[in-house]
Order: sequence, then C-alpha cells, then structure tokens
Amino acid sequence: MNKSRKLLSGNEAIAIGAYHAGVLVATAYPGTPSTEILENLSKYKGIYAEWSTNEKVAMEVGLGASYAGVRTLVSMKHVGLNVAADPFMAAATTGIHGGLVVISADDPGIHSSQGEQDNRHFAKLARVPMLEPADSQEAYDLIEIAFDLSEKYDTPVLFRITTRVAHSKSVVELDEKRISKERTKHFHHDIGKYVMLPTNARNRVPNMHKRIVELTRYAETTPVNQIIDGDGKIGIISSGVSYEYAREVFPQASFLKLGMTYPLPPELVQKFAGKVKKIFVVEELDPFLEENVKLLGVHVEGKKHLPRFGELNKAAVHHAAVQAGLLDRANPIAEVTLVKNLPGRPPLLCPGCPHSGAFFVLSTIGKRAKVLDSEGRSEEETGLIITGDIGCYTLATYPPLRAMDTTACMGASIGQAIGLEKAGVNSKIAAVIGDSTFMHSGITGIVDAVYNDAKITVIILDNGTTAMTGHQDHPGSGMSAQGTVTEKVDIEKLVRGAGVKDVQVVNSFDVKAVRGAIRSALDNPSLSVVIVRGKCAVINRVRKNPRQIDLSKCNDCGVCVMIGCQAIQKRNDKLYIDSTICMGEECRICEQLCPKKAIGPVSGKPAGE
Amino acid sequence: MSDLDQTKQDILMVGVGGQGIILASDILGEAALEKGLDIKKTDTLGMAQRGGSVTSHLRIGQKVWSPLTSPAEADILLAFEKLEAARWVNYLKPGGLAIINNLAIPPLSISLGSQKYPGDQEILDSFKQRTSRLCLVDGSGKIAHLGDTRTLNIFMLGFLSTFLPLDIDSAAWESCLRKQLPSRILDINLRAFEKGREEALSVNIR
Ligand SMILES: Cc1ncc(C[n+]2csc(CCOP(=O)(O)OP(=O)(O)O)c2C)c(N)n1
Ligand code: SF4
Ligand code: SF4
Repeated sequence: MNKSRKLLSGNEAIAIGAYHAGVLVATAYPGTPSTEILENLSKYKGIYAEWSTNEKVAMEVGLGASYAGVRTLVSMKHVGLNVAADPFMAAATTGIHGGLVVISADDPGIHSSQGEQDNRHFAKLARVPMLEPADSQEAYDLIEIAFDLSEKYDTPVLFRITTRVAHSKSVVELDEKRISKERTKHFHHDIGKYVMLPTNARNRVPNMHKRIVELTRYAETTPVNQIIDGDGKIGIISSGVSYEYAREVFPQASFLKLGMTYPLPPELVQKFAGKVKKIFVVEELDPFLEENVKLLGVHVEGKKHLPRFGELNKAAVHHAAVQAGLLDRANPIAEVTLVKNLPGRPPLLCPGCPHSGAFFVLSTIGKRAKVLDSEGRSEEETGLIITGDIGCYTLATYPPLRAMDTTACMGASIGQAIGLEKAGVNSKIAAVIGDSTFMHSGITGIVDAVYNDAKITVIILDNGTTAMTGHQDHPGSGMSAQGTVTEKVDIEKLVRGAGVKDVQVVNSFDVKAVRGAIRSALDNPSLSVVIVRGKCAVINRVRKNPRQIDLSKCNDCGVCVMIGCQAIQKRNDKLYIDSTICMGEECRICEQLCPKKAIGPVSGKPAGE
Repeated sequence: MSDLDQTKQDILMVGVGGQGIILASDILGEAALEKGLDIKKTDTLGMAQRGGSVTSHLRIGQKVWSPLTSPAEADILLAFEKLEAARWVNYLKPGGLAIINNLAIPPLSISLGSQKYPGDQEILDSFKQRTSRLCLVDGSGKIAHLGDTRTLNIFMLGFLSTFLPLDIDSAAWESCLRKQLPSRILDINLRAFEKGREEALSVNIR
C-alpha cells in the first residue's frame, strides 16, 4: 500500500476520502464552508460530479444515484439542508441502495451565512446515524466508515462538519488506494421500498427505529468512539473541533471522544462515568450531546457554563472550566489597550463589480438617500422598498449604497416583494436577486408573481457566475462542474415563458441604460423584470486604462464616492483613484456619473473633451 | 502543546484580502510538513476577496490540537498592513515578535470621511504594552523595484523565515516555493524571498 503525508483542509480530505471509498456520483450546491468538497471531487476521473440547481435537487439526484447502487456523496452548507430537508427525510424513510452520505457543513459563529443552526438535530429527526470528524485525518478516515455504515444499515448517513474543520488544514496520512469493488449499477424495482404511499411508508418507519437500535450496538464498540484515560478527576465528553480545544485546556483529564454522535453508546457512556469523578461536556452550539447523555441518566454539566451560540475556542472553553470550578484561573496577562476607534474593514463590492451601477441607481430613487440613516433605518417609507437576496450584491446593504432593505434566505426577495405589495405598502417595490440565486429558488417566486398578478419589479443581476462562494458555474453559465460546455438556461426566455410581459435586458456598465430600464420598470403598474447583465470583475480579468480624477475639474461633490468603489479613495482630503485596483475601460461607472467630467483614462484625455 | 517542545511556534498572519496571506501561510505550512512536524492551520477570510480583513493562524509543533491561536499566545505576529496589526496585537504573547509591514490601506469608511486611520505612534504604543521585539519593515518599498507588488507576501515570508526555530535551510525553502508557485512568477518571488531574508538579517531585534 502506498502511504503519503499531506497537509489538507477538511474539505480536501473528505473529497479524497470519498474518492478512495469508491464514490461514483457527487452532487452539491455551493455554500460556505462546504464548496471545496465538490470542487475537489469534480477533478477526479471516473466520478460524475455536478453543481445541482439547489440543495433539494442535489439530494434528489443523489438519492436516484444511490438507488442505482453506486456510492454517492451530497454536500451542502447547514442552511442548504433546510432546502433539502424534504428529500433528506424521504431518503431516511426509503433507505438507500448504494451508500449515501450527506454532508452538512455548519457555520458556528456565522463566518459566512445568513444564520446559525445546529444540524446535529437533523440526525435525530431523520433517525439516521451521524459522524463528526475533529480534523482532516478523521475527515479522511470517517468518510469511508460513513459509506460502509450507510450500506450496512440501509440508511443515509449524516456527516456533520463545521467551518473550523472544513477550512482548517492539518496533516493527513493517505492510503493511496481506491476501493474499486465493482458496483452493479442496477435498479431493483421494489415499490414497497421506493414508493412512499402511506401503506408503504408505514411499513418503512419501523425499520428506521430498528436501525437506530442496531446502530446503538455498533456505537458501543466502534473505534471511532473511544475512552482516553487521564487522571480520572475530570472526564470530558466531546466531539469535532471542540475536542481539540478541550485536549489543550484539560491536559490531565480523561476523555470520551465521540466520532459518532448519533446514536450514542449508553454502555460506553456509563463505563466512562464510572471512571471519572465529574463529567463536563464540551460542545459548540446546542447542548445536543449533553441532553442525550442526560437521557441516559448520567449527571453531566456543560451549557450551564459554555456559550450556546457562536464558535468555541480555547479561551472560551477555559473560561467555562474556571466558572465550573474545574480549573484555576490562569495568571492573567494584562490586555493591551487598543488604539481607540479602530475603523472596521467590512468586505465591499470589487472595483469594477457589475452590481455597482444598478445599486447606485437604486440608491438614488425615492427618498432613500435623504431619509435613511447610516444604519439604513427610517420610520418613514422612502418610496422604494428593495427586498434583497443572498450573494455578493448583499454587500450593497452597507454604506454608502444602503440599497437593500431585506435579506432572509436564498430566493426570498421575490416572495417578500409580493407579500409587501399584497399587504398594501405605499412605496414601490423592487426585488433584487443574483443569477445563481434566481436559478436556485427565484423561479418559483416569479411564477407566483405572474400567477397572482404582483405589481413589483424584479431585478436579476446576471454576472454569469455564483460569485459569492468562489465563482462556481450554474445552469445559466453554460459550463458544468466538470468543465464541459452545456446548454445555457436563458433567463430572459424563462421569465417570458412564465408569462412576464415587461422584460428588459441591459448592460451593467451602461449606467444610463440601467437607470432608464429600472425607472421604466418601476413606472409600469404591473409586473416587470430587468435583467442587468455584465461579467463579474473577477471572471473578466481584462484590466486596462485605469481611470484618474482631474483635480482641476473636481469640485469634491462626492458623487463618485457614493458608488462604493474601493478604488476611489481619499488621501490628504483629496480624491484619487488607486490605479492598481481600478478595472478601467471595462467599467467606467464613475466616469459616467461624474457631473464635472473630471474622470477619464490615465493615459488619454478625460472624457468630454 | 507542550511548552518543552522546541519546535512549537504559533504564528498569526494578518492583513487585507488580496495581499496573498493565505498563500504565504500555505507555503510555511508545507515547509514545516517537510520537516516532519505537526501543523494546524486555519484561515478566516469571510469575504476577503472583496477587500475585507484576513487572518491566518498557523500552529507548528510535535503535536498540535487546536487550529486557532489564542490571545496572548502567538509567538509571532506577521502583519501585512498597519491597521490590521493594530487590531490583532492582543494575540501576541508577552515578549513575542511583531513584524509589521509599513503600509496603510485605508478602508472605505475613511474616504467617506466617517472614520480616521490610526497614527503610527498610536499603533506602536499599543504594541509596546506587549513587547519590545517589534519591527516596522518597509516591505512594500523594498519590493517596489522588483516590479510586482504582489510579491509582498513572499518578501514577508522571507523576512519571517529567519526567525523560525525550524531549521529549514535555503534549499528547502526554494524547493517549497517551487512547488507552491506557478513557474512564470517563480523567479521574481525567489528574489522577493531573498530580499526579505536580507532585510531581516539587517535588523537588530533577535
Ligand atoms: C440555502 C443556501 N445555499 C447556499 C448558500 C450560499 N450562497 C450564498 S449566496 C450564493 C449565490 C450567489 O450567487 P448569485 O446569486 O449569482 O450572486 P453573486 O454572488 O454572483 O453576485 C450562495 C450559493 C446560502 N446562503 N444558502
Ligand atoms: S466577485 Fe464579482 S460579483 Fe462579487 S463583488 Fe467582485 S466583481 Fe462583484
Ligand atoms: S472605473 Fe471608476 S468605478 Fe470602475 S473600478 Fe475604476 S474607479 Fe472604480
């Protein structure tokens, strides 16, 4: 056997582990921190990997592939499992044929998400086993076990990771083998198993309970759950990255380290309890292990002292341990008094972002610019309500643009706009949604708007990519996850086909056209759609003729600063454009907006001369 | 991680999206891997591509558990930008080494006039509460003549390399850079690395 040592992220380790475990089909919709799993898997020959339209479809495609007998991996971020919950629960009911592993990448502390939730509850809800790696080595090892368990117990397996596991790199010993057990790609007709008519479903449900009983027996003896003996004074029950923090905070303690966190092994827990004086459960987010251990009649403490939200770290675990009377307070190191009022550095739209122009236009409509305070608040309606969605463009919420009033979950902008209109607000309503998000869950919203005669404007920002999560392809981009050219789903035809009559398509970088289109759409008393089309600046690498400001013409009106372009800066109270990051010729948004015509290419004469 | 471990190093790299911090820490991680050491490395970038703050935690030793460094525990803080240095000073351990690139990248709030960029003296004063081992290097200036500002990360890595107790010789560094960098930008980066080393050997903070 060929062994090698590599420094890999959790996501890379999962991809290689799944490949070595013989996975043949992989599906996903991008979402931080899960995206790199499919990105890595798509590079292997012999695997079919797809970006699905959304997580629900990813789960359904995965379920179909599993029914055909092949090992299948479906990955998504935590909120993706909300979207995929229906087929996930169905998969838990029908069971599988080829191993089906579902990865939920949770985001404690909300590094890059619209919310925080602990998806361990899904394992209990669906009555499926759950594995949780603590580092990349475990991610690599456990993924193969997950496929084995799936096939042995006829169940999807929930494989739960967190941002810190997905995105941390650590050393992995790889076994360069690929399980090439010939998989029969074969569908066995079996309506009792696969057709969930009430009578059949009723017959399946007892199996779900039976398998949890069997898996509980497995959990007692599997090496993924282990007792690590310490001095016996303090016992720690932990899993995932929390275990890593706890090992450093409690170097002397005994540990019950759980690689499988549902179902729990009652006898092993009892045995551990018999070995130690006190048990402290160290886990992130909800008291999931704590409550399940307490149900076994074992006395433990945990969330009485540990935070119930946000990410853990060593300091947080140490603080809780002191509070619980388990450790002495460390010698305090005086905190440095930081420089007062350090400016934050929120992310911003890139220089040359195709979204900038449309949001600049929106920010100037109605009384938005006048009445919204710096927090984007106003009791009075502004005349234009902008329901927003999720993507790079959500950054337009920040000053100076302040051009977004809501963001809930993917696709919600359109439904929310319909709701506001039907409730009877006085302002006009624009829903703003990105192209990938539109494909993900905006289409049903448009259909609803047509069907229910919604008097709203939907602005679709078509930058040809799923930019926010790192520029993945999507159904409208014309390229598959594995780099083959595919039929582009045409947004314009799609919305026209659904019955929208007023549809305009404009170039993102033609500010006048964007303004004209948005104004006329808002003036239309019935449903209208504006597709604002222009390449994402990261995809379009053409940078030429950066712009500059001719200070002899500039009267410091500040209009260009209101675009929120990072290249437009102030030095010694004078405006200038950072030529190393300006997109130049392909953008020119500031040049079009400058009322004094003071902006033009560095090399040539400023426009208008 | 044991305090007796001579190879133990907690390094925190901070800066702004686009400065190549993650790549610099990846290269250092690979170099430590070659040495047979244990490594945990974690980056927080949020949406850094769009100009936000970036941090990269790198922990090296015989056995490392937590991927995150903790406040007052970093042996070295390597800052690519001054405001970010000021933000993370609390992570440096007392007497730890702070290497700060003398570069200001003002966030947009400063152009909008709502906030002000901290002065050098204020920043240095906050560092002096933790350490006297402080160097402000003109990395961006020193690489200017190489003709590519994007080599700053490798210059900073070269500078840092002279302070690591990891016994990695220059041949090993070179082979690491070779593996991690595309060939068309290899030469210029090898020069940036060397420049960083030279610059570090000329300062007196050891
Ligand atoms: C249910 C769910 N799945 C995935 C994500 C991650 N995510 C956030 S925005 C986004 C798509 C962004 O693409 P697009 O709408 O085209 O906007 P862009 O970033 O390109 O401007 C994704 C996949 C999420 N937040 N929620
Ligand atoms: S990555 Fe693309 S879409 Fe996102 S902010 Fe940058 S230019 Fe705009
Ligand atoms: S042309 Fe103007 S708006 Fe566009 S990137 Fe350059 S400075 Fe920014």
